[in-house]
Amino acid sequence: MKRLVRFTLNGAVREEAVADNILLLDYLRDGLGLTGTKTGCDGGECGACTVLVDGQPAFSCLMLAGALDGKTIETIEGLAEGGRLSVIQQSFHENLGAQCGYCTPGLVMASEGLLRTNPAPSEGEIRAALAANICRCTGYVKIIEAVEKAAARLRGEAAA
Amino acid sequence: MNAVTPIKSIGEYVPMIDGPEKVSGRAKYTADLPAAGGLVGRILRSPWSHAEIISVDTSAAEALPGVTAVITGADCDKTFGVLPIARSEHPLARDRARYRGEPIAAVAASDDATAKKALALIRFEVRELPAYISSKAALAEGAVDLHEKRPGNVERAVDFELGDVEAGFGEADLVRSESYSTAEISQAHMETHAARAEYDPLRDRMTVECSTQVPFYVHLMLSRTLEMPKSKIRVIKPPIGGGFGTRTECLNVELICALLARKAGGMVSIRIDREETLVTSRGRPQCEMTLKLGMKKDGRLTAASLELVQRGGAHSGYGIVTILYSGSLIYGIYDIPNVKYHGIRALTNTPPCGAMRGHGTVKTRFAFESLLDSMAREMGLDPFAVRRINYLAKPDKVPNLTDNDLMVNSYGLPECADLVEASSDWKARKGSLAPGRGLGMACSHYVSGAAKPVNWTGEPHATINLKLDFDGSIVLLTGAAEIGQGSSTVLVQCVAEILGISMSRIRIITSDSAVTPKDNGSYSSRVTFMCGRAAIEAAENLKGILVAAAARELEAEPKDIEVLGEIYRAARQDKGLSYEEVVTAALRDSGTITAKGTFTTPDFAQGGKKYQGAAIGSTMGFSYAAQVVEVSVDTDTGRITVEKVWVAHDCGRALNRLTVEGQIEGSVWMGMGQALSEELVYHPKTGLPLTSGFLDYRIPTILDSPPIETHIVESLDPLGPFGAKEAGEGSLAGFLPALTAAVEDAIGIRFTELPLTPDRVFAAIDKKRRSEAAAAKKAGKAD
Repeated sequence: MKRLVRFTLNGAVREEAVADNILLLDYLRDGLGLTGTKTGCDGGECGACTVLVDGQPAFSCLMLAGALDGKTIETIEGLAEGGRLSVIQQSFHENLGAQCGYCTPGLVMASEGLLRTNPAPSEGEIRAALAANICRCTGYVKIIEAVEKAAARLRGEAAA
Repeated sequence: MNAVTPIKSIGEYVPMIDGPEKVSGRAKYTADLPAAGGLVGRILRSPWSHAEIISVDTSAAEALPGVTAVITGADCDKTFGVLPIARSEHPLARDRARYRGEPIAAVAASDDATAKKALALIRFEVRELPAYISSKAALAEGAVDLHEKRPGNVERAVDFELGDVEAGFGEADLVRSESYSTAEISQAHMETHAARAEYDPLRDRMTVECSTQVPFYVHLMLSRTLEMPKSKIRVIKPPIGGGFGTRTECLNVELICALLARKAGGMVSIRIDREETLVTSRGRPQCEMTLKLGMKKDGRLTAASLELVQRGGAHSGYGIVTILYSGSLIYGIYDIPNVKYHGIRALTNTPPCGAMRGHGTVKTRFAFESLLDSMAREMGLDPFAVRRINYLAKPDKVPNLTDNDLMVNSYGLPECADLVEASSDWKARKGSLAPGRGLGMACSHYVSGAAKPVNWTGEPHATINLKLDFDGSIVLLTGAAEIGQGSSTVLVQCVAEILGISMSRIRIITSDSAVTPKDNGSYSSRVTFMCGRAAIEAAENLKGILVAAAARELEAEPKDIEVLGEIYRAARQDKGLSYEEVVTAALRDSGTITAKGTFTTPDFAQGGKKYQGAAIGSTMGFSYAAQVVEVSVDTDTGRITVEKVWVAHDCGRALNRLTVEGQIEGSVWMGMGQALSEELVYHPKTGLPLTSGFLDYRIPTILDSPPIETHIVESLDPLGPFGAKEAGEGSLAGFLPALTAAVEDAIGIRFTELPLTPDRVFAAIDKKRRSEAAAAKKAGKAD
């Protein structure tokens, strides 16, 4: 069975007939070719598939595409403007918040969700916001640094 | 003009050149490659730990609409394996399945759902055999042999004695022996294994793109199992989501994918899931050890004897190398006059183990540093002091060899230890922390590339090509596998530094066998050292061509040409030629320029022959690390919190300080996972994997992870590229013993079995409380 859903994806309104049983993750990757969102586990364990749903970080592997009606979805592909990196993306790049890069889209989206609602998070708040995202390369040290510096830059403080 | 200077790249904080693609989601990993028009592959896995396969019926699966190809063990009778002397494995099990999860059949179908349906239609008739989940059971008398050529289920037994160990123990003031054990762990890299294979029936050619650290070894094994000439095969490695050793040998996934593609006559994509990836980890083996050390009153070691048994899993893999490393890397860090080693690699009905970060050294180092620390405590010696008195002498020649002929030409361990002692304020804080809080320290080391590769061909270890053409850009071509460690960035840095130009002038193309020179791949921390040396040589050769062209244009001698980055001039007064002008002049002579550099390890680096397998452990140089770990232990729950880590790592010249820091932090943290929470568990009777996802296989989250204060020590290796050595593995092993030492400092219990999960810690605390209470009661009665 398919159902008709109308939603906003990375700023553009879409109306699509989607299968009842397709996960948002698979719909994004296989249906739309938005492969920036990654599959890292068998469901809800790693955070690599994190996207923003109505501005909040969510696991796209635990959500059906059929549940998208009326919602606003943002993926890693939607952050860059005019092909330039967003402040958070730039900070992950400059501060080595990404090594192999596989968990990075999920972590960037989780950070984006955090900084929109909390522009000056403490280290503890950053840790809490990223607790559902596993990174196997960095030991998280430089991820925290990347988010702190991005937050400072977004607040208009000294360049990170 | 005098202000013109070459641009510096080496020794700076350089963000990774492929970073923008990763942070923007544009990087295409294997499973992100377009699959349109192709088929989906799925693997059927053995539900038996050990079974003889009597017959297979694939007819129902083949008849299912949408299924294009079904393969079983009957489709390939060729074995594969990373060591030419130990190839025990078929892409799909034939005759016998030896572990739960071993591939036994595969299908290619129009979509994933059909593929899954088809797998369920394949019928096997088997006779179950006794399954051995522990090394002890597999090695027991009368056990059925897993492999005909490995009687007694011994993959390899290693014995050596250098010096006179009994005499050494005789000279000691204190001799102690202790047993240790570590659990099997997984690399648990974030990208599950994936492959896309495209067979061209018109030309009989195969192209395979897969998540691997060793495209060259994959190429060899594809040729072997497909029985196709190497020239008909092309292997490409896209960006990969982590390595840590899980893909340092060809895996069954890419071979099965290619076998399916050929049978289907088209393109097949496979992405195995997390549960499958955990049984295809090729992780660090479970290990039982007994270590005996002899020590003088001042802490000086007189002898060491290590007995070690590794549970290797069902196939050979890297096993022989691992068991040899675990012995040879007793050496290379301290001066120990007499050493004896007895190692056994057992074959068991569990998934095959492999080469994980810190290959072969982590277990040995855990036991060694633990016992050293315990004995220092017993002797009333400071943990730093007992290391210091056993340091190697500072190298004063090249080659400088250990007793087992490993090369140590640079040795920054003393500086590492001094740095973490000072930065952690060890002297003031050790012994004066609050109850339940403790400090521990340990040292470690690791190789910078195996000097003798497992697949010995006699060729150079590394080859780098540089192409310079009309547009003035330089294309660096290398087979070196970028796996997230920053190898592409460091190679571009090396070339930019020699030429004194901006890194932005250089593009890099990696790991495509049709385009790039052969490279052995990313393992044993070889790339920076070996490919770095080759890159430097290639850049020097290119510079020579440009200097010669500039000299002709300026009517000067090449030796008089000064290269100031993008200005080439003959004398200080001369305004010189721009880089573009020099390139134009050079191209006029020869057309498109290709400059090449290679690196070959010298004979004296390749280890000795004092015992069988003594070449394993031989390397161009060792990195060194020391770390201090501070913990707090909640005695009500048994939960350990790592409050902070201070680490110092000697990587010779830090070519890229940013990525060196990242590698050190990642290593320390990965050691923490092994020490505290990670453990692959199989049901002791059935062999069923009990840790099949990240809810059961516990990787530390950001909430569990401490601040890590990283210090870089630059001992400048005389043979390293700009003096560099490895940075990505050596800091891992020290964490484990530093943690158990810190826990002992906190609660007075020395743990010898890892990981220190809260239940294990709490049980020990409870036992100690009970025995103390019983002793107090007894003492009360005696009064």
